[in-house]
Amino acid sequence: MTRVPARAVVAARAGLAAAALSRRLGRGEGTVIGGRVSLLVDPRALSHLGAGRWVALVSGTNGKTTTTRLLTAALAVAGPVATNPQGSNLPPGLVAGLSRAAPGSAAALEVDEAWLGIVAEALRPATMTLLNLSRDQLDRVAEVRRLAERWRATVEATPDAHIVANADDPLVAWAGDAAGAGGCTWVGAGQPWLDDATGCPACGGRVRWDGPRWACGGCGFSRPEPHLWIEDDELVEADGGRHRISLSLPGRANRANAAMAAATAVRAGIGLDVALAAMAGTDSVDGRYRQAEVGASRARLLLAKNPAGWLEVFDMLAPPPTPVVVVINARIADGRDPSWLWDVPFERLAGRRVAASGERSRDLAVRLLYAGVDYERIPEPVEAIRALGPGPVDVAANYTALRDLDARIRGRASSGSGPHG
Amino acid sequence: MVEPVTVVVVYPDLLGTYGDGGNARVLVERLRWRGIAAEVVTVPLGTPVPRSAAVYLLGGGEDAPQSLAASTLRAEGSLVAAVAAGAALLAVCAGLQVVGSRFLTSEGIREGVGLVDAETVRGLPVRAVGELVVDPDPGLGLPRLSGYENHAGLTRLGPGLRPFGRVVAGVGNGTDDRADGFVAGHVIGTYLHGPVLARNPELADLLLGWALGELPALEHPEVDAEAQGLRAERLSAAGRSVPASSGGRGRWRRLGLRARRRAYQRGT
Repeated sequence: MTRVPARAVVAARAGLAAAALSRRLGRGEGTVIGGRVSLLVDPRALSHLGAGRWVALVSGTNGKTTTTRLLTAALAVAGPVATNPQGSNLPPGLVAGLSRAAPGSAAALEVDEAWLGIVAEALRPATMTLLNLSRDQLDRVAEVRRLAERWRATVEATPDAHIVANADDPLVAWAGDAAGAGGCTWVGAGQPWLDDATGCPACGGRVRWDGPRWACGGCGFSRPEPHLWIEDDELVEADGGRHRISLSLPGRANRANAAMAAATAVRAGIGLDVALAAMAGTDSVDGRYRQAEVGASRARLLLAKNPAGWLEVFDMLAPPPTPVVVVINARIADGRDPSWLWDVPFERLAGRRVAASGERSRDLAVRLLYAGVDYERIPEPVEAIRALGPGPVDVAANYTALRDLDARIRGRASSGSGPHG
Repeated sequence: MVEPVTVVVVYPDLLGTYGDGGNARVLVERLRWRGIAAEVVTVPLGTPVPRSAAVYLLGGGEDAPQSLAASTLRAEGSLVAAVAAGAALLAVCAGLQVVGSRFLTSEGIREGVGLVDAETVRGLPVRAVGELVVDPDPGLGLPRLSGYENHAGLTRLGPGLRPFGRVVAGVGNGTDDRADGFVAGHVIGTYLHGPVLARNPELADLLLGWALGELPALEHPEVDAEAQGLRAERLSAAGRSVPASSGGRGRWRRLGLRARRRAYQRGT
């Protein structure tokens, strides 16, 4: 095993101390501040902490937190696993996650799409799991096609890593296509949102679909033959093996996440059935999918932060007439520009009671008006959840909206205050 | 039966990255709410652009698809013919660049459709990302408009081409005269996303009025109240409900925003 340099040890301890102090001061979990302190002490902390580990990186626009959580559950069958705390997927979060881990333990880490190259260079991962790419936070992140180009360069620069890639997303396939000696497992994981992949990532020509198959009319770049794919609630192998996917998490998207995680766990020597069985108990991910009593309402929190994510969330919503609260913020971590709301077919909410909530409830309200959805605009989300009760209420919120709402609901629960708390 | 009024979204598969498809939705609903049958016709690349629609829309997009849109539209000729016949055209961001004479992408100089004499280069010190506030040309009879911009282009207008408006906050064309976009006949180019017609219903009705003449009253006036509430909120968020010359505070805010943007925009 590689020895960890003394500087890295000091860096990790300093980070943990900073995190503990931050927690004690009531400033949150302290993961990011801890990671930042570690990186100040040792700028190469990431590569030092990653040395001598079996590392799996997971990236994509949607599903990376859940996939990483499911992969962690699968890998835990064989021993302790280091992972990101609370979906912190930039280098400080990764450093914080690795600082807490036993030396030599495996690591399952989610990585922001734009940071995959830098992180892969530092950690030299055994596997990279590439889920999907679609428009998200266009004010902050480079254009989607450019991200695909950068992923491809990352895959090329990491030839020993085994790539697990979604064959149904042409942008991901373009990256996975560059896999080196480490090889690639192609998974037919599905990608309902296709509007960012109609232009061929290889030549700019037109990509056309024929059922699940796709091919570029210009250069012939086409869907790779998958080694594994999803059929309803089964994971099917090309050689005919069938494995039941039985999750506590809802929706098609989470079966896809489980398929990608299972295909990755195989590379650590864990069989598909064992891996899938280990995922069955995961029933919430950083507050997502969790049910919480809010007044007389029973709220279920769902993350929906871009058009592709929304397509999956429509599939998870309880059937009408279950009311829906939509909570939209537009802080830096959400993307400052919520115009993507117009790419979401909110018409599908017609016929339910709907509340438009969050810091950008007005943007949402105008969108719902033109979609023909009856709504009430209630900017404060807890108030909105109460207003749509009693009984089950589905809450679809984007990133900071869900994070803050989850913290508020938890704070309420842990302080034991009643319905008027 | 009366033929429905058609609103054409040109090449949304190439120019549809920034929610501008919403503009079509706004136009069509505002016709239906007046009792006028209307439909959106989306024209993907490879499909002929109809010549007889009332309004044409071009949205924002990325470099390579933008070049493809320009070359195809130039070769095809339908959009130019429709505009010559008096149809209304709203071209946003990349769409604005495409209908001009030339534009520069990361892959080199490209010929535009040539509907107006405007050329776009990559001359901005940093990518323009943020709230954009525009006072439109007074002749258009529009209020102060709100939107969101996200582009790297600097657009220069040829002699005789009028700006669509003056930038109150944000960058717009990026030229020293604080111009945003252009207006020529029934053609409007602007850097306002948002989508712009969702935040600014008066602009939607201006385009519809150009195409159809006088419009009956809207059956759902609450739509405009909601949209105007959104606009008021965004205008005040842009920190420019007061004139640009009024003091230093806005300037500091602008510098802060710019610095933060720079941190995110390295390499784009």
